[in-house]
Amino acid sequence: MSTSPFTRFLKTSAAVAGLLLSVCVSAEAADTLNVLTWCDHEDPALLGPFEQANNVKVNFKDIDSTAAALAVLGQSKPGDWDVLVVDQTDTGRLAKMGLLQELNAKDFPFGDIPAEIADPKLSSLDGKLYTIPEKFGYNTVAFNKTAVDPKAMEDINAIWDPKYKGKVAVYDYYVPEIEYVAIALGKKPSELSDADLPAIKEKLIALKANAAMVGDVTTVQQALATGAVDLLVGGGEWVTAGIAKDNPNLDYVIPTQGGVRWQQGLGVFAGSAKKDLATKFVQYIVSPEAQGKLATSSCYWGMPANSKAVLNDEQKAILRWADQPGYIKNSYPYLQMTPDFDKKLQALWAEVLQAK
Amino acid sequence: MPSTTTSDNEKLASRRSTLAGLAFSLPAVAWIALFFAAPLVIMSVYSLMPLAGDGAFSLDNYRHFLGEPAYVQAIWNSVLTTAIVVVISLLLAYPFAYILAYKVPKRWQRLALACAILPFWTSYVVRSYAWLLVLAPTGIVNWVLMSLHITDHPITFAYNPGATDLGFVHFFIMLNALTIYANLVQINPRYVLAAQDLGASAWKSFIAVTLPLSIPGMTVGAFLTVVLCIGDFITPQILGGNKELLLPQVIMMQIQRQLDLPMASTMSLVLTLIVAVVYLALQRKMRMSRL
Repeated sequence: MSTSPFTRFLKTSAAVAGLLLSVCVSAEAADTLNVLTWCDHEDPALLGPFEQANNVKVNFKDIDSTAAALAVLGQSKPGDWDVLVVDQTDTGRLAKMGLLQELNAKDFPFGDIPAEIADPKLSSLDGKLYTIPEKFGYNTVAFNKTAVDPKAMEDINAIWDPKYKGKVAVYDYYVPEIEYVAIALGKKPSELSDADLPAIKEKLIALKANAAMVGDVTTVQQALATGAVDLLVGGGEWVTAGIAKDNPNLDYVIPTQGGVRWQQGLGVFAGSAKKDLATKFVQYIVSPEAQGKLATSSCYWGMPANSKAVLNDEQKAILRWADQPGYIKNSYPYLQMTPDFDKKLQALWAEVLQAK
Repeated sequence: MPSTTTSDNEKLASRRSTLAGLAFSLPAVAWIALFFAAPLVIMSVYSLMPLAGDGAFSLDNYRHFLGEPAYVQAIWNSVLTTAIVVVISLLLAYPFAYILAYKVPKRWQRLALACAILPFWTSYVVRSYAWLLVLAPTGIVNWVLMSLHITDHPITFAYNPGATDLGFVHFFIMLNALTIYANLVQINPRYVLAAQDLGASAWKSFIAVTLPLSIPGMTVGAFLTVVLCIGDFITPQILGGNKELLLPQVIMMQIQRQLDLPMASTMSLVLTLIVAVVYLALQRKMRMSRL
């Protein structure tokens, strides 16, 4: 019996639709954990053990800021995402939006996390815990040891020295840069107000005049690595440690006056339908084994929040492990700002970049 | 009544033709409505909203944008950069297109065109970083200059507005060359022969005949350059060293930290308005049939 072309078309279409449906259904049936994450959580070596132990697939989407996460969430349904990697400064902001699930401190190794890193100001809102610290580092000064005197870099004002004119790069992120300059001016970052902004702006314009460039992560790292510049203001272990084997002359230091500390954490979405699995994932990431892998991620290195992280001596030396107690004490976390003050700082940064 | 029947048939044919025209244009209209008009309306609504989303509609975002000197400066920087890029690209692209159209044998023209569009085959980001490596203090340009003892220290070519212009011009020369070439090969060679028969020199016939007839190609190239250049974020971000901000960079600033879509929409609408003004200024000179 011959088949008409139309019937064949219908049969083929039905077969294709059935196949697609079965793939979709099976994909839905498999247990997946959906994570909005920065690039340092994407190494198979980090995710593999968790996936195998829990028979789950970690489906991640790369974000590079809280704003990027909010943009993704704006296009998703509640429950689409289970876990979020977040700049801990934004914990309160996200919790106020009702996005984060309250967590139980007893489920996490807070005893192994330095007190300053576990500071509830960064992880909690109204006494409720929302994010768990997992990794931190510094926006301070990174430099080429063969081109500048490392001892001189211990003074925060060295970056304004005319002898480095044209050899300085500035990381293009206004929050740590403004904070760093505030420290140089002897101001306490947490007490910054509108009245401090003119002096900060003037000092930043002077820094820009000494700089060859102001650039994003990739641009400034490339500039430092290729010798286009000798100093990177806003740099830290996240720039130097990952490429230490190829560029052993790159280093960073926290000046005696202080530096800025970035800190990222993990949160569970309030709308997640897999909160237990999501919490397990957070517990795994802050475990000593996973912390070692996260600290030495192929994307960027940083200090693990858990002081029992599994790292070898060489890795600890690159991360300046021994200096951490002093560094943590001498650094300030990112500013926690109102949206209005944030806008003012952003406009100030734009004015600095436009200054001739 | 034959005359009435003929008239009815004509009306029917005319109606069918109109319906067919509408049917054929429907996909294009739907496309523009969905992907241009609707986003424009959404952006317009957003631009009137406060960031928090719980206030009344107002023009506050426009006031804040136009009241912040650094942001207004970004508009001016974008317009100036685009103007410089358009002029330099046209000046360099025209001779190239002219030689390609009139001096290169027909059989070599395709190969030459393929070479001309080679830069389009690489990623825009990769191309910008490649320029960075060329212009860097440790790059090939400085290496040559220092090897020839023209300078004893590296010269700063990268990380400034000039490097941004260079990156743009490299890309847009080829775009302009293609539109001008497409125009030049359509000009009837008899016009030039007629001018020369009437005593015009080669230069005079170029100025009086070829150049005016190639204006549509230049205008289309210039307009495409304006559209692509004024909205570009990548090139100034990589090559410009943030020595000055262009409007797309300021728009990205609004998105990257606060996801301030209302302010980003406000700025984007101003950018769209600039492009619309340029289009209105150029549209009479753009005759697409000449391309």
